[in-house]
Amino acid sequence: MIDMRRTFRFGLLAGGAMAFLGGIGMIESFNERTLIDPILRMGDLFLYGTLFVIAYIAARGEINILEEPDYRAAETTATGAAVGFVATMVTVVYALLITAVDVVEFFPNMDEAMVESLTFEQGAPIGLALLGLASVIVGAVGGWLVSTADGLKQSISKVVGWVLGFALLEVVVTDIVESRDVSRLIYSPNGGLRLWSVAVIAVLVVYLSRRYSGRLTSFAAEVSNADSKSRLRRGVIAFLVFAAIVLPMLLGGILNELMINVSLFVLMGLGLNIVVGLAGLLDLGYVAFFAVGAYGTAVLTSPLSPTFSPQLNWWVALPIVFVLAAIAGLLVGTPVIRMRGDYLAIVTLGFGEIVRILLLSDWLTPLFGGSQGIRRIPGVDVPFLGEVGGTRPEFFVYLTLIFVLIAGYISYRAQNSRIGRAWAAMREDEDVAEAIGISTVSAKLLAFVTGAIIASFAGALFSAKVGAVFTNSFDVLVSIIILVVVIVGGMGSISGVIVGAFVLIGVLGGPKSPGLLAEFAEFKLLFYGAILVFMMLKRPEGLLPSVRRSRELHQDEMSQDAWLEKGGDFTADDAEGATT
Amino acid sequence: MTDQTPVLSFRGINTHYGAVHILKDVDIDIYAGEMVSLLGGNASGKTTTLKTILGYVQPTTGEVLLDGVSVNDWSTADRVAHGVSMVPENRRLFKRMTVRENLEIGAYLRSGEDLSTDFDRVFDLFPRVKERLGQKAGTLSGGEQQMVAMGRALMARPKVLLMDEPSMGLAPVLVAQNFEIIERINKAGTTVFVVEQNANMALSIADRGYVLQTGRIVLADTAQALLQNPQMREAYLGEV
Ligand SMILES: Nc1ncnc2c1ncn2[C@@H]1O[C@H](COP(=O)(O)OP(=O)(O)O)[C@@H](O)[C@H]1O
Ligand SMILES: [Mg+2]
Repeated sequence: MIDMRRTFRFGLLAGGAMAFLGGIGMIESFNERTLIDPILRMGDLFLYGTLFVIAYIAARGEINILEEPDYRAAETTATGAAVGFVATMVTVVYALLITAVDVVEFFPNMDEAMVESLTFEQGAPIGLALLGLASVIVGAVGGWLVSTADGLKQSISKVVGWVLGFALLEVVVTDIVESRDVSRLIYSPNGGLRLWSVAVIAVLVVYLSRRYSGRLTSFAAEVSNADSKSRLRRGVIAFLVFAAIVLPMLLGGILNELMINVSLFVLMGLGLNIVVGLAGLLDLGYVAFFAVGAYGTAVLTSPLSPTFSPQLNWWVALPIVFVLAAIAGLLVGTPVIRMRGDYLAIVTLGFGEIVRILLLSDWLTPLFGGSQGIRRIPGVDVPFLGEVGGTRPEFFVYLTLIFVLIAGYISYRAQNSRIGRAWAAMREDEDVAEAIGISTVSAKLLAFVTGAIIASFAGALFSAKVGAVFTNSFDVLVSIIILVVVIVGGMGSISGVIVGAFVLIGVLGGPKSPGLLAEFAEFKLLFYGAILVFMMLKRPEGLLPSVRRSRELHQDEMSQDAWLEKGGDFTADDAEGATT
Repeated sequence: MTDQTPVLSFRGINTHYGAVHILKDVDIDIYAGEMVSLLGGNASGKTTTLKTILGYVQPTTGEVLLDGVSVNDWSTADRVAHGVSMVPENRRLFKRMTVRENLEIGAYLRSGEDLSTDFDRVFDLFPRVKERLGQKAGTLSGGEQQMVAMGRALMARPKVLLMDEPSMGLAPVLVAQNFEIIERINKAGTTVFVVEQNANMALSIADRGYVLQTGRIVLADTAQALLQNPQMREAYLGEV
């Protein structure tokens, strides 16, 4: 039996989501991008993708209640279709309401054009019918998929994944392929995959995965089982290192550019991770240290630095920048050392803005160029390669990767050393940490200074890459985004920060730079917010959590387990065994 | 004993929280190897006394001396390094760390040294702790937490062990065991300064005691004498 109320609720949810996506103008704006030439646009993908996922979830819930497998396919399909139908009803009512009542004044996106975008540009009667038809079909497919065999499900999701991958990454693929003729074969001149390339991708994916996936998994198992010194393991590591060295040369300019952006955020994420994740000091003005690194480098190296212009080589400027950053760390750290929690967050937030506003002020304009910024910052001199700057991203990537390695090493050492333990204790109970002999003042200052220096790595690289610095690259949003990278990746976890930066900065884009999905730009922060909320609800320890953090957050379950392991001995008396 | 330098002493200590006068002209002397209790009711200033020893609270006038040296301008970390350890009120373990990590961090100032003899000493006093090494401290029972808190303080190899109301929140049978262990620790050579409301229990094992009333020391004598003192019996030992 289908649970009608549950299905209805999911339908309402799907309809609400579709109406919302339309209402914020996302469908309209995403529909300008074609994914598969005549049949699929990006807005429609989001609209029906949402419905599809919700229908799938609704139908999957149904399957637990079903007893007789024969009915499964019919019932899940029906559930999915019903979800699609209810969603349509919601969307239709919404579309009619918007056509009837003028609300553009309050919700600028809720106009006829939005209704058009929801109805395949067909207007009220026909378009709404099409919307309903499409929704019911998509819902039904979503529901039906639940009841299919696992093998088929896997093949379908692989095909869909690859096709969407190729479609979404059109710009990148074209960039890597380089040859115009080849990309014309794959992509239509209007943008989007050609229908026949979809077919080729589908066939290839199915064929290749049938043929090789078994071998691939067994090879992976062999590698992970091999002990760390075996030849196989070494061979794989050598291959990965080789790939890291060669890859940037093969990637196109766009991907290298993206790698650089991601790396800069990995750097800042690693630095902030020391301050927030390890030492537990919530710093919301972290961008200030990035600014110190960038402006320090600019003043020291650029011939156009307004007043003081020593025109140093980047490598010579670098240690000076580190010292400046360390001083900045002390300057911010010292006054806030006695503050805790939310007070610290608010004060550092203020500090971050103060730095930006000072840079813009009349007082410091003679030194830092005010709103004009500082231009003509030279690139980095590298032996044999000459000057490497933003115009040669394929080389600049290596430079950022080297600094990521250094920052990763510093983080790793810090985390697993005496100071790492001191931070962990301080994070939990500052008073007791003191009572154990930890000097919390020095521990905090050390965290601030280390974090500041790592941010200045990023700042120095940023200057050399962009060739100019302006204050608007250093607003509070940057601090927030770095924090989100750390939180989503997993506080206190080095690999988490890297994954977080790839997912957020690489895919969605950074505060000032586009990611792989450049279309997201306008809605980037919406996605950031949604991801953050989702993570806090479902996986508060982050994508790749540190062992310690996940233990902290799953305290209750862990204690349950500990109890079960003891054989459920709940009556263990404290008195017994307390003394000999 | 009187010809020795006290390991820990207060000379005319006055402390304030803002404008509120808490400790008033407090003098205390504790000699090596002694077990001394500080008794007093709620809010009499017992915890403040311990905080003053460790330097969380600066006295407005007076001096804290460790081995005869004024430590007023020493940091807390320096005082701990000198050999003062505290078992705080309500144990305050690092709840998210395991028992082992709690013990290890107790020896923070000796990081890198071999801690196995210290662990053995703790296991010897508290066999129960050894079974719980991998467990998260926050999931321990109150009695177990008290053991780990004492173990954590002992890991620093303190010369003087400060204890803030070790009996608080524990069942009577556990309190008795606790004091037995404190006695053992003291017998093994550690000077112990116990702050308690439970005067009977504390005095039964102490050498001497001080009685604190609204921040002022009103009685100071040997434990034996205090137990006999009629004023004391009336006010603190629950007899009329
Ligand atoms: N941080 C503080 N700020 C202001 N007053 C405090 C603070 N800590 C303790 N007090 C006050 O000082 C007095 C003594 O406190 P405390 O030493 O904790 O007493 P006890 O440990 O004997 O119960 C109490 O009246 C308490 O309210
Ligand atoms: Mg107290």
